[in-house]
Amino acid sequence: MTDQARIAAQDVGPALEIHGLVKRFGDKVAVAGLDLEVPSGSFFGLVGPNGAGKTTTLSMATGLLRPDAGEIRIHGVDVWHDLVETKKLVGILSDGVRLFDRLTGIQLVTYAGLLGGLPRDVVAGRAADLLQLLDLESAGGTLVVDYSAGMTKKVALACALVHAPRLLVLDEPFESVDPVSAANIRDILDGFVESGGTVIVSSHAMDLVQRMCDHVAIIAEGRVLASGTTDAVRAGSTLEDRFVDLVGGRRAGGGPEWLRRSSGSAS
Amino acid sequence: MVAVVLGALYGLGILIGLIAGLFALSFAPIEVARAIVVLAGAALILGWTILPVLTSGIDQTVEPSRLVAFPIPLPTLLVGLTVSGVLGVPGIVTSIAALGTALTWVRFPLAALAAIVCAVIGVFTCVVGSRMLVALVSVIGEGRRFREAKALVVFIPLILLGPILIGLQRLVSDDFDTLPQLAAVVGWTPLGAIWAVPADVAAGAFGRAGLEFLIGVATLAAFAIVWRWSLAKALETPARSTPAKASNRGLGLLGVFPGTPAGAVAARALTYWIRDPRYAQSLITLPLVPVFVLFYSGTNGDLTPLNAVGPIIAVLLAMSIYTDVSYDNTAFALHLQMGVSGRDDRIGRVLALAVFAVPLSLLVVFGTVWLTGAWTALPGLLGITVGVLLSGFALSSLVSGMFVFAVPAPGESPFKSKPGGGVSLTLSLLVTWGILAILVLPELVFAIIGFTTGQVVFGWISLALGVVLGTVLLVVGIRVGGRVLDRRGPELLAQLQRQK
Repeated sequence: MTDQARIAAQDVGPALEIHGLVKRFGDKVAVAGLDLEVPSGSFFGLVGPNGAGKTTTLSMATGLLRPDAGEIRIHGVDVWHDLVETKKLVGILSDGVRLFDRLTGIQLVTYAGLLGGLPRDVVAGRAADLLQLLDLESAGGTLVVDYSAGMTKKVALACALVHAPRLLVLDEPFESVDPVSAANIRDILDGFVESGGTVIVSSHAMDLVQRMCDHVAIIAEGRVLASGTTDAVRAGSTLEDRFVDLVGGRRAGGGPEWLRRSSGSAS
Repeated sequence: MVAVVLGALYGLGILIGLIAGLFALSFAPIEVARAIVVLAGAALILGWTILPVLTSGIDQTVEPSRLVAFPIPLPTLLVGLTVSGVLGVPGIVTSIAALGTALTWVRFPLAALAAIVCAVIGVFTCVVGSRMLVALVSVIGEGRRFREAKALVVFIPLILLGPILIGLQRLVSDDFDTLPQLAAVVGWTPLGAIWAVPADVAAGAFGRAGLEFLIGVATLAAFAIVWRWSLAKALETPARSTPAKASNRGLGLLGVFPGTPAGAVAARALTYWIRDPRYAQSLITLPLVPVFVLFYSGTNGDLTPLNAVGPIIAVLLAMSIYTDVSYDNTAFALHLQMGVSGRDDRIGRVLALAVFAVPLSLLVVFGTVWLTGAWTALPGLLGITVGVLLSGFALSSLVSGMFVFAVPAPGESPFKSKPGGGVSLTLSLLVTWGILAILVLPELVFAIIGFTTGQVVFGWISLALGVVLGTVLLVVGIRVGGRVLDRRGPELLAQLQRQK
C-alpha cells in the first residue's frame, strides 16, 4: 500500500467496524451477533469476564480466525475480502500464541519486519529503536525461549509495532509485565494514539482501562453490553462497579459458612 | 497398584532366576563362569553410572540442585547419599545379585569369601559411580542446550539397537570362544576388575587376583574423590540457570539471506535447522544410513549397496519439511499477522532446506560412487537423487500447508510421540513416501534400465528427466501449496491452536 492510499484509508470513517459478528465452536456460541465501532484515533478498551469472547472477536477482526457470519472493516477495508491489505494496516499482539522463540530478540523483531515486506535497512533501525523503547536492549542477543514471561510479551509487542500499523490490536498486553515496563508501554501507546493511530486493548484490569482508555466496550457472552467514551460508559461510577452491574454474576453474602474465619473453630 | 505388585513380582522373578543362574554357573568351567560374571558385572557398573544421567530425573531427590537448600555438612551428605543409594530398591536388587556371585564360587570356599567382599565393593562402586556422574554433570551444566544435546545423543544407540543386538548375538553364537578373551581384557579395566577377583582366586592365580582387587578398590576411591569434588563444587555454585547472555548481537542468518519475506522465512527456517533439536533429530539419522544399508544388505565386503545411500538420504531430507508448519506450532500466527503470501512462505522453507540438502545429497552420491567404482551408474543415481529432491520439495510444500500433524511442540523432546490431535504421523509418512515414489517413477525406471543393461545413455535420460520433471513439479508444488496456504491459513492456525 502506498502512503497516499494509507492516508486515504485513514480518512474513511472508523478504524474498526464490526456488524453482526458470529462465531460458533461446535455447540458453543462464542460470539453472538456482535456490533462494535472503534473511532479512528481512539484508545479503545475491551473488557469482559473470562470466556466473554474478547480474544475470539479480536482474532476475527484481525483476520486470524474466520467468522461464521458478520462484516468487519478496518479503515474501510473489508478484512475477509482483502486479508493482505488488512495486515498492512494492523499490528497484532495475540494472547496465548507462541513466538519463533529459537530466534534472539533482535532476530525475531527483524524477522517480523522483513515478513511485513520492509526493506532491511528500515527494519534494522526500527528493531533497534523498539528494543530500546521496551528495555530489551541488553536482551537483544538472548534467545526468546530464555526470556521471562514479561520480556516475551514485550518482544511480541515490538513485532506488532515494527511495520508501523495504523491500528494496534493488543490482547492482554500488560499480563505479567512489570510495572516499570507497563508504564513505558503505556507511554508508547499514548504516543501512538497522539500521532493519529488507533489502539484496541483487551484487559481484565479495569483500573488500568479506566485510566488509560478514552473509549471502552464491555462485552459478555459474545455481545456488547455497553460501548462509548469511558466517561459515558462508567456513568459517574467506577468502571469496575459498572462492569459488575452490567455483567452480573455477583453472589450475595461472603462465601460459604465454613470459609469464614470468624464462624468458629475448624471442628 | 496391580501394576506395582506385578512389577515387583516380575523383578523378584528375574532376581530369583539370576541367583539360580549364578548358582548354576558353579558347575561350569571356571573360564566360562569368569567370563559371564566379569562381563555382567562390568555392564552393571556401566549401567548404574550412565543411566541416571541419560534418563535424568529418575532420582531427583538427590540432585545437587535440590540439596543446596539444606545445611548438611559435606561428609554427612556423602555418607547419606551412598547409604540411600544402596538401600533403595535398585540398590537392594543389585546387592542381592552381586552377593549371589558367592554361589558361583561355592565350590571354592576362599573364592566365595572373596566374592562377598568384592560384591560389597562392586555395589558401592555402582552407587558412588552413579552419584558421581550426576554431580559431575550438574557441574558441567544442566542448561537447555545441554539437555537438548543429551536427548539427541541418547537417541543414537536406540536407533542402532537392532544392529547392536544382532551383532552381539552373532558374537555370542558364532564366536563363543571370544567371550573369555573379551572378559580377560575387561577384567583389567576399572569396570570389570573387581568381578574378576574371585575367579582368579578360584583358579589359584593369587597375584593376578590381588592386582585386580587393587584396580577395583582404586576405582571406587577415584569415583568417591571425583564425586566429593564435584558435589562440593555443585553446592557452592547453585545458580546454573544463566542462559547465554547477549552472546551475539547480530542478525545471524537473517543478515545473510535476501531481505525479502521469502528470504526471511528461509533464514529463520535454516536457523531452526541449527537450533531446534526437533530438526536436528532428522539430521542425526543421516550418518547412520550407510551403516544400516551395509548391515541389512548382509554383504561380505561388497560395497555395491552403498550406492543406494545417496538416494535414500535424498528421500529423508526432501521429506523432512512436510511437518514444517506443524513444527512452527502457533508461532505460525506471525506469518498470518504479517500477511506473508503463501508462495513466499513455501519458497523460504524449501530454500532453507535446499541450501544444504542438495549439495549434501550430490556429494554423497559422488562419494559412494567413488568408493564403489561404479562410475557407469553415476548418471542414473544422480537422476534419481535430483528427481527425489525436487519432487520431494514440491510434495512437502503441498502437504505441510494442508495438514496439521501430531508432532512434538517446540521445546518438547524430539522423540515424544503425541497421541491424536492431528493426522497420524506414521500413516501420513507412508502415504507421502508412496506418492513420492510415483512422482519419481520415470527417473527410477530409466535409471534401473541403465543399471541392468549397463547402457549409460539411460542414466543420462534419467538425469535429464530428474532435472526437468523435478523443476516443473517444484514450481507447481510451490504455486499450489502457496495458494492452499493463502486460502486455508486461518483454518490451519485454528487447527494448530487446538493441537497445542
